[in-house]
Parts: sequence; C-alpha cells; structure tokens
Amino acid sequence: MSTSSNLKVTPLIDVHKEFRGKLVPFAGWKMPIQFQGVIPEHQCVRDGVGIFDVSHMGEIEIRGPSAKSLVQKLMTNDIDSMQDNQVLYTLMCLETGGVVDDLLVHRFSEDHYFLCVNASNTEKDFQWILKNSDSYDVAILNTSSVTAQFAVQGKNSEALLQKLCATQLNEIKYYHFEKVKIHNFESIIARTGYTGEDGFEIYIDARHAETVFRAIMDTGKEFNLQPIGLGARDTLRMEMGYALYGNEINEQSKPLEAGLGWVIKLGKEDFIGKTELEKQKKAGNKRKLAGIRLLDRGVLRPHYQILKNGTSVGELTSGTFSPSLNTGIGLCYVSSEYAEPGKKLEVKIRKLNVPAELVKLPFLPTRVKKN
Amino acid sequence: MEVPKDLLYTLEHEWIRVNGKNAVIGITQFAQDQLGDIVFVELPEVGSLIEKESPFGVVESVKTVSDLFAPVGGKITKVNKELETNPEIVNSEPFGEGWIVEIELSEAKDLESLLDPDAYTEQCEKEME
Repeated sequence: MSTSSNLKVTPLIDVHKEFRGKLVPFAGWKMPIQFQGVIPEHQCVRDGVGIFDVSHMGEIEIRGPSAKSLVQKLMTNDIDSMQDNQVLYTLMCLETGGVVDDLLVHRFSEDHYFLCVNASNTEKDFQWILKNSDSYDVAILNTSSVTAQFAVQGKNSEALLQKLCATQLNEIKYYHFEKVKIHNFESIIARTGYTGEDGFEIYIDARHAETVFRAIMDTGKEFNLQPIGLGARDTLRMEMGYALYGNEINEQSKPLEAGLGWVIKLGKEDFIGKTELEKQKKAGNKRKLAGIRLLDRGVLRPHYQILKNGTSVGELTSGTFSPSLNTGIGLCYVSSEYAEPGKKLEVKIRKLNVPAELVKLPFLPTRVKKN
Repeated sequence: MEVPKDLLYTLEHEWIRVNGKNAVIGITQFAQDQLGDIVFVELPEVGSLIEKESPFGVVESVKTVSDLFAPVGGKITKVNKELETNPEIVNSEPFGEGWIVEIELSEAKDLESLLDPDAYTEQCEKEME
C-alpha cells in the first residue's frame, strides 16, 4: 500500500467514505477505485445510470482577444470550426508530434475557452500553454482546484438530471454544453462522457460540489443511481476503445498510429507538431492501435506481448476483463501487416500463449445520443 | 471479518484446512474483499509437485493479478475445476465452495510456521489500519 500523506482529495472525499468507496492513490489524488464492485458498477452504467466523481480532472481557462488563435495553434483539431457552446475532442502535441495531452475544448465564445484535461497532466499542460502564449493577448487560468466535476452516465442520465434543472437538457446536443442551474447552483453541463453511453459531465464550483452531488444521489434513488469508481470507468472506456493518456498515448507516441488521425487536421494553418505529423503521415504507420480479445479464458493486462508463430508482433497498452462480453479484452499496438479485424494471434500470459483475435473498435456499439 | 476457527492461515491471506496428510487451500474473506470481483483463477496440474512458498496459481480480479503462494509443500491431489467456469465463487464462498486446491503434504513441519486464527485476525486488523 502506498502512503497517502501527500495525496490531494476532491470535495467529495467525505461522501466517498460514506458510500464505502475503496480509496486508492491515482495521479496524485486519493480517489475511489470502487464502491460495491467493478462489475456491478459497470453494469449499472450500461443498464441505467451511474455517477462518477471526476474532480481530479483539470480545468484550464483561456480568455482574451487572441484566445481563438492561441487554442488553434496549440491543438491538432480545427478550433476555427467550433461554434459557441460546442465541445471538441483534440490532442495537444509537441513539435515532435508526441502527445502532451488529449483533452476537451469547450468554446463559450471566440475569446473564451475552457479545457478539460487529464489529472496527471494538468500542471504540465498549464505550463506548456503559458510557454507558448508569449505573443498572444490572453489570460490563462488553472481553475482545477476550485472546480469539481461529476460525470452522470447511462441512458437514464437525462431523465434524472432534468428533475434538478429548469433548462431543457434534451436541447443540449452531443458534444455541446450549456450554463445550467442544477439544484439552484450555477454549473456547466456538457453532453460528453467516457463510457459510450448517453450522459453528461457537470462542472461546478468546488464549494457547492457536495450539496449538488448529494442532491443528485437523492433524486437518483428512483433510477437506482449508484456511485461509480475509477475501476469501472476504465472497463467502460476500454469497451469503447477510447484511448487513455499514459497507456495508449504519451509524449513518445505517434498519434496517427493510435488511430487519432480524425482529430489531427493537417489541412488547417500552422499548429504545434504539424510539420512532424505531416512527415509521419507520409511515411505511413509501422504499427497500429487495435482492439484485441481473448478466445480462451483469461484477463488481458498492459504490456502483455502479442505473438504470431511465436514471434512478438505487438504489445498491449490496456487490458482488462470486459463485464459486458465476459472475456478478456484490451487495446494494443500491433505491426500494420497484422492489424486487421478478425486476425488470429496469441497473447503471452505468464507461461502460456493464449489464442486471441483482433477486433474492430468499439467492442460494443456506442449508445451516445448523436443528433 | 470472518476467520473460521478450524483453519490455519498465511500472511499472504491463504487458509489451510488440514485433514490427515492432506491440506485444502483457499484464499480468505479478507483476500477476496481486497481483490474485488474475481474473474479468473489459474490452477496447477493435478499431480504436480509444489514447494512451500513458491507460486502455484494465480487469481485475477478485474483490477489486479495476484499470485498464489504454496503455504505448504507437496503434491497437488485435486483442483477446484468449478472455478474455471465460475471464478466468482471465490468471492461468495471463500472458505467453502471457493476452495482452490488440495495438496498431499510432504512434510508435516511445514504447518508449524502457519498462523492460528487469532494471529491471523490480528494481522488483518493491522493491515486495515
């Protein structure tokens, strides 16, 4: 067990203890890995609705006349194409094309954006943005410590949250957000998530977090709402094939190999990493990110080797047991020549070579509310 | 925390039920609770010889992989095949239907270093602090 002396806590630490969350160190935070258990929590989100405390995630605001051009320079996706109240998934890259972070950009207006970034990268991202903003007329604020974030995910999330808001939530489209009063407190509610289900992410002043979280829990009783830990967050995202920073992508990785070409707009004006990413695109991918599932009993884990005729042709970056499919699943980088859905390979698990096959992602059909 | 009085225990949270020359081995209530939902158990071959304190199997939960260490040396006489299809019974009945293997003891003195229920309870309390 690691010591927990220097770990940060979210405003919901007391609530987690009350709901008997198992608290573990994660990215410098003391976070609940599970409550009733990873499998029942996973099913709760797939079948109805669950709530996650993701207050460890970072929030960075960029304001000022040059906000749009700075964000456009930092991000690989096309920020110019965004409308007000829209959310965009993007990468922020180094000049080398390696990934500083993957994140969500929220546009209030063209002179005001807020970014939701990975907990482990918050300070790094903030410094990176500052360092690259010298010639821009902007103010950059790291508001992470005063902002709480919850994710309410699952098909009943809208019906549940609607009971606490006057704003019509069905008018918030996928990857859009609104300023909404929830239980009479100002918040930002975005129709986004990391589970593949319809759902919302709620950003709120940390001082009101506990009150609002408890209100959602109370109102959620009729929907059998349960608190969900980071364990199920990981199995849910893996079934969707979503990348996790630190596993599938990092400062050394090539995002085109990770299948993230759809958020790299090489056609837009200059952005950090563009030159190198163009070169990588021309050179083609030696390996590709793929989904893999075991054809025999077992559980997949990061760093397991993938074999073809006894020779290593790839390595897992994430792995788990899929509660929905009842089998071991994972994400892996595999040599491009083998990276075809249906390809039969083997995974080395301890002393055994276990049969496996590559799978087209996502493992399950997504049920996000695209419209 | 359930700690049956008729069993012996290890610091690795295994239990041992001694029956003459044979010993049935499983993991404790404490261990299964720490692991969470168990989804896979790797069992040794019947007839294989295992040394005291060497790894002889693996229990995997969704979150983590945990080696099983032999609390006593000997020959594997039975494995709980039921765990291949229903590993979750280690969670629901760790001291009963969720047993893992039976070993024919090679040396009775291997039992001397094991913990009695009181010493094991104390150990669990220490770890929960």
